[in-house]
Amino acid sequence: MIRLERVTKTYPKAARPALDAVDVAIEKGEFVFFIGPSGSGKSTIVKLLLREITPTKGRVIVNNRDVSSMRSWRIPAFRRTVGCVFQDFRLLPNRTAYENVAFALEVIGKLQAVARRVVPEVLELVGLGGKEHRYPHELSGGEQQRVAVARAFVNRPLVLLADEPTGNLDPDTSIEIMRLLDRINRTGTTVVMVTHDSNIVNQMRRRVIEIENGRVVRDQPRGVYG
Amino acid sequence: MRARYILSEAALGLWRNVTMTVAMIITMAVSLTMLGAGGIMIMQVSKVEDLYYRDIEVSIFLAPDITDEQRAALDQALAADPLVSDYYFESQEDAYEKFRDLFADQPELVEAVGPESLPESFRVHLHDPEQYQEISDRYATTEGISEIVDQAELVDEIFAILGALQTMALAGSAVMGIAAMMLVGNVIQVAAYSKRREVAVMKLVGAPNWFIQIPFVLEAVVAGVIGALLAFGGLAAGKAFLIDGPLAPLTNVLTPVLWSTVLQMLPLLLAVGAGVSAVTAWITLRFYLRP
Repeated sequence: MIRLERVTKTYPKAARPALDAVDVAIEKGEFVFFIGPSGSGKSTIVKLLLREITPTKGRVIVNNRDVSSMRSWRIPAFRRTVGCVFQDFRLLPNRTAYENVAFALEVIGKLQAVARRVVPEVLELVGLGGKEHRYPHELSGGEQQRVAVARAFVNRPLVLLADEPTGNLDPDTSIEIMRLLDRINRTGTTVVMVTHDSNIVNQMRRRVIEIENGRVVRDQPRGVYG
Repeated sequence: MRARYILSEAALGLWRNVTMTVAMIITMAVSLTMLGAGGIMIMQVSKVEDLYYRDIEVSIFLAPDITDEQRAALDQALAADPLVSDYYFESQEDAYEKFRDLFADQPELVEAVGPESLPESFRVHLHDPEQYQEISDRYATTEGISEIVDQAELVDEIFAILGALQTMALAGSAVMGIAAMMLVGNVIQVAAYSKRREVAVMKLVGAPNWFIQIPFVLEAVVAGVIGALLAFGGLAAGKAFLIDGPLAPLTNVLTPVLWSTVLQMLPLLLAVGAGVSAVTAWITLRFYLRP
């Protein structure tokens, strides 16, 4: 499903690589945490999996596609198979919850009729039924992140990437978002989450891959933060 | 849905940055007006050239004391000359007829001049009007000739002036065109920046690149087309109020600028305005919206 093969990423002008010969294999339907201190290289992994950057050495394979050597014109089609949520939600402030989710469908060419059927469903799934027509500033942080999850999931991606999704949320809200990601994982979607929230990792008891100084120092099924 | 999205985004983009958009349209319009003026001049010059070079003749004026033998010899020489396409003899009486026609509104002058004060001449048409110098060299030393005058020299001067005007218009157009392209690039960057959130989301969810780019390109094309229409309006106004107005005597001497010539500039201006804008916008986006 997802494989990093001897992946090294050195940013221009950096003294040492952000990732150094990392080998990771993630099966379909897994729920995986990447943990580690700031600057350990875990955000670089999300960027590589989204093909925002390419590795300096090694191969990155997502959904059986070699992302590292992918031609740039193939990137849009690839990204439709991957959903992503971020710490800062990245919602469009001038659009309602419904419109934010529908936007993701419209810009990849889905008909409005499809959006009218699918968007309320997915908003219901993330627990925002009844708040479709609120603007982001009228929603709490947790609710905004739910909209972002709905947008990432509406296209039924094979993989959901989450880059510090609870970083801006209080502990209770964080747990709600984790329940939501867990529910999405149970539909068969592979979830890869980058975090340094030890509480959450310890509660979820899922596979933990710890990165330090660009290297994998621990890979443990049903792990804790350490 | 998508078409509506693209159109409304393009319209919104033009409106959001309205001062820059107006600057871009004005620069584009000025550049295209100059291009159109240059284009009209090129077409006019080639028309004038055809007209003048067809009728152009070398006049070989004969000395008053020319003998009949000398005249006959010259006549034979011209008849046999491969450079000459045809020629005719203009007697003093013929010259006087022409003179009277030309100065019909100045009877005192006509009174004062008689046929005997005008020179006889051979009027020679050349196969190639550019070969005037060879004719001149060949007959300059012939007995009984007073002067050889080439009308082409006069026409050449007019063409030199027209050519200079044409070059100025096209150079001005190029300079303004570069300014217009820079403004297009700037407007597109500002537009892309003001929509960076939407662009980021579109890239994230896998919207095709053409879909991300087309509202911006369309925005530039709309501005280019408006600029081209304004430029055409400027040319039409120039034709109506300048060429048909104060400049009418001058243009009539050469050859009148027809409405059809002005109209022919419209597709050129539209194509250049829209094309240059689209290409500039697209190139700007390639640098600005890297995947």
